[in-house]
Amino acid sequence: MTLAAAANETLAHNSNLLVYSAITVYTLAFLAHMVEWVFGSRSKVGRTAAALTAEAKAPAISVTVAQKGGGTAVLERPTVVTKTAAGSRDVPDGPGAHGGTEKGDLYGRIAISLTVLAWALHVGGVLTRALSVQRAPWGNMYEFSTTFAAVAVTFYLVLLVLKKNIRWIGLPLVFTVLLDLGLAVSVLYTASDQLVPALHSYWLWIHVSCAIICGAAFYVGFVATLLYLFRDRHEAKLADPAGEQPGKFATSVLERLPSAASLDKLAYRINATVFPLWTFTIIAGAIWAEAAWGRYWGWDPKEVWSFITWVAYACYLHARATAGWKGRKAAVLGLIAFACYLFNYYGVNIFVTGLHSYAGV
Amino acid sequence: MSTKTGIPRDPETGTPDAPDAGSDLGTAGSQLSTAPKEDIGLPSLGPLGWARWFWRQLTSMRVALLLLFLLSIGAIPGSLIPQTGIDPVKVEQFKAEHDTLGAVYDKLGMFHVYSSVWFSAIYLLLFISLIGCIVPRSWQFVGQLRGRPPAAPRRLTRLPAYTTWRTEAEPEAVLEAAQRMLKKRRFRAHRTGTAVAAEKGYLREVGNLVFHVALIVMLVAFAVGSLWKSEGGKLITEGDGFANSLVQYDDFTSGPFFDTDTMEPFGFTLKRFEATYERTGPQKGTPRVFRAHITYFNGADGKEHKTAIEVNTPLDIAGNKVYLLSHGYSPVVTVKDGRGKVVYHGAVPFLPQDPKNFTSTGVVKVPGAQTKDGKRNQLGFNGLFVPTFGGKNSGSMFSQFPALDFPVLAVNAWHGDLGVDSGLPQNVYQLDTKRMKQYKDAKGNIFKKMLMPKDRLERQAAQHTGIKGGLTKKDVEDDSTMRLPDGQGSITFEGIRSWASFKISHQSGNELALTGAVFALAGLAGSLFIQRRRVWVRAERGADGVTVVEMAGLGRSESPRLPDELGDLAVALVPDAPPAPDAEPADETADVSRETASAQRPQDPTEPTDSADPADPSEGARA
Ligand code: HEM
Repeated sequence: MTLAAAANETLAHNSNLLVYSAITVYTLAFLAHMVEWVFGSRSKVGRTAAALTAEAKAPAISVTVAQKGGGTAVLERPTVVTKTAAGSRDVPDGPGAHGGTEKGDLYGRIAISLTVLAWALHVGGVLTRALSVQRAPWGNMYEFSTTFAAVAVTFYLVLLVLKKNIRWIGLPLVFTVLLDLGLAVSVLYTASDQLVPALHSYWLWIHVSCAIICGAAFYVGFVATLLYLFRDRHEAKLADPAGEQPGKFATSVLERLPSAASLDKLAYRINATVFPLWTFTIIAGAIWAEAAWGRYWGWDPKEVWSFITWVAYACYLHARATAGWKGRKAAVLGLIAFACYLFNYYGVNIFVTGLHSYAGV
Repeated sequence: MSTKTGIPRDPETGTPDAPDAGSDLGTAGSQLSTAPKEDIGLPSLGPLGWARWFWRQLTSMRVALLLLFLLSIGAIPGSLIPQTGIDPVKVEQFKAEHDTLGAVYDKLGMFHVYSSVWFSAIYLLLFISLIGCIVPRSWQFVGQLRGRPPAAPRRLTRLPAYTTWRTEAEPEAVLEAAQRMLKKRRFRAHRTGTAVAAEKGYLREVGNLVFHVALIVMLVAFAVGSLWKSEGGKLITEGDGFANSLVQYDDFTSGPFFDTDTMEPFGFTLKRFEATYERTGPQKGTPRVFRAHITYFNGADGKEHKTAIEVNTPLDIAGNKVYLLSHGYSPVVTVKDGRGKVVYHGAVPFLPQDPKNFTSTGVVKVPGAQTKDGKRNQLGFNGLFVPTFGGKNSGSMFSQFPALDFPVLAVNAWHGDLGVDSGLPQNVYQLDTKRMKQYKDAKGNIFKKMLMPKDRLERQAAQHTGIKGGLTKKDVEDDSTMRLPDGQGSITFEGIRSWASFKISHQSGNELALTGAVFALAGLAGSLFIQRRRVWVRAERGADGVTVVEMAGLGRSESPRLPDELGDLAVALVPDAPPAPDAEPADETADVSRETASAQRPQDPTEPTDSADPADPSEGARA
């Protein structure tokens, strides 16, 4: 028994070491991203303005149908022409943080490699923590925060592997992860231990893991939405050469991001995909509450804020279906919705007392 | 980014100001969804006109949006202001601390937000709006299912995805092949003139309708749940039992339709309460196991069964559920009065004042006590109990640990009139000392004593018999008993039992709520992940006598999968319409497209186009 306890303590200790190492490597990745952005600022992009002021609009993207076998003399592969809707801006995506510069790209790649390394350490830290307590690694706010950041980075890396246009999010993501982990190890730290009886349930695995995945994905959606708002304003200014023109710094940064349309679409896809999972998270929580407290819904502060978050995202989805609310207004709703999610996590845990028990806040 | 021009990107919203709403594309894109049209126009005169205007507004998407937003904002205060339904004590405290604010909040129903008039108004309006939205949408959708996909627009080149090629095959043969091919792929396809019109993805609309209907089902389940529910609490000390009837509850609430006359006959006895706590480490004292070992019976003369109730595992019995809520300690005491007669013997539940280490307080009321000479002399004792004694030399007494490591009971005594005969309900955990006097010693100090449990002392004495300095019988007696001045009686701390409090609840509508939730989830998935799209194939003989095949696709939203799918369909059609060998560019657009396509072919890997997305989950999503 004591032997096992000692082993667990060693594991917990190792977990802390791994998390601290991850923080160190994330910091290096952050610096590399900074360098990437600095080098990228030397490029002269200006593609957006060119695209917006171009007279004749050629079809934006052409897509070739997957080839079947080798080419013959016969035209076997019809080309599909796609058209963007009338009235929307036809703007290509920016080249990314490196701005097309070779050096910037190099540092960007270094940053990603470092992020992968830090992620491995980070996940190692989460797993050893789980082993040391022999349960899901999200029994208190410290564990929730570290796991949350690990999932967010996983989500980003998966999108990268899938060759999605997501590399631009590197800097803000690593920054947020550092912030989150910093808070976790300083303010929220709780020594590894067993759960209070109320959390002894397999619903802990289901409900909380879903909440974490949703949060990580919503976060990426949030960043995309926020940058969409900036980029959209930028494009709007460029589209109207007579009006106010964007500043140098804004231009340098925003030109390198994907186009407003791409950011908006990305944010929508993430939010829309995660919404059913969030719905499920709440349902799972209700089932657990029924088992633990005798009612599936009792307007406990945590429940209230999950509900508010859910309604806010439903608002966002509705807004997109409503003429006149698309674009910027819907995006603002998306930001509000994520703010609700965040408040549900930090705000409710810290400022409001309820039935949801996390040890060691 | 989308803009106000709805065509062809969002033909379903049918914005009235869409510039080319009247073009043939308008019809082609019409009814790709059943979303209601926005109508901002002011009503014509007359009450009927106003009523219709009001109804249209209420069921519009804009108002649905507004109500949803209001609902989320309206839910906020309930999480920040104490609620009677959750913690009535806190509400009273709040009112005491904030005079004016408390009164204002009270007026606004802020202490019971989720049953307040204004909150109910929001969600009822929302659900009326929802019903008003669902019903016409369902009809419309049935109409769409009965009808056929709209005919091909005149100029297919204007659609979001387009392809064309020339073939030697006869137009008629191409169209027949196209229809076959589309039907095989589960499109609904039919011929219109020189084209085939096809549509797929109706499940999206079904999903959307199912989702919204499921929301209504969940609301109904919620209503049923609160109208027919009953909920009561019961505190039970080890060895005691409970039978399900109204008088046995400590507190009981029920919905307006719950019939308290027909409560199911069941009951249970708390045999033993098991609690363990972390003994070492930084989380010392954190609870590890709470388990109530009980025996229960179901039915008037049912058999006894043994089981255990834990925090996450309630007892499910006769349509009721018994939940373990909290626990504490009940010191067992014996009180003798001036005549030396035992006037009280039993376990007295003490309430924890410190939820972590269980420093607890309680009172013993002995209405039947008399003095030596037989006069009425009601006795009352105030007690402070600690499971693990701490603060030895600090003058105050507190508990260091929640388990029974070093239990001590400190008591002081009162005599006089307990006030229990007045008929007014009394708090069993408090002594009303208005008409009582506290016992003092000769020097005028409050008469009080710290007692140790007699059963433990006896055990200790038995273990140490013969050892010098061991406990004698008198020591045991002295350490566990407080004798009142002038032989007015005594109180003996016999031992400790645990108590556990239970919530016994009867709730209906749970299954309905769960069913609603499951359907909502399924509907949502269908609505968000399925794309509804239309495809047209046109085959006409060109001027040079060669057949020109044109294919075009239109989705509810600008989806990256649509071009891919159109490409696949084209490839599937090619065997039946092999491209003409001397393919001249069919028209200008095709020419342009081919050029741009080849120009872009070696794609920049850092700039993946949307179409490279292999698994875009929300392709049905609107852009
Ligand atoms: C009880 C609150 C409601 C919630 C939580 C809710 C939630 C949602 C969600 C999440 C969607 C997205 C699914 C999609 O984009 O296909 C949606 C779509 C939709 N909702 Fe609601 N809704 C509510 C009330 C209403 C009401 C009152 C109306 C009618 C006025 C309405 C009309 C619609 C329509 C028409 C769509 C589909 C838009 C489209 O075709 O893309 N909803 N709703």
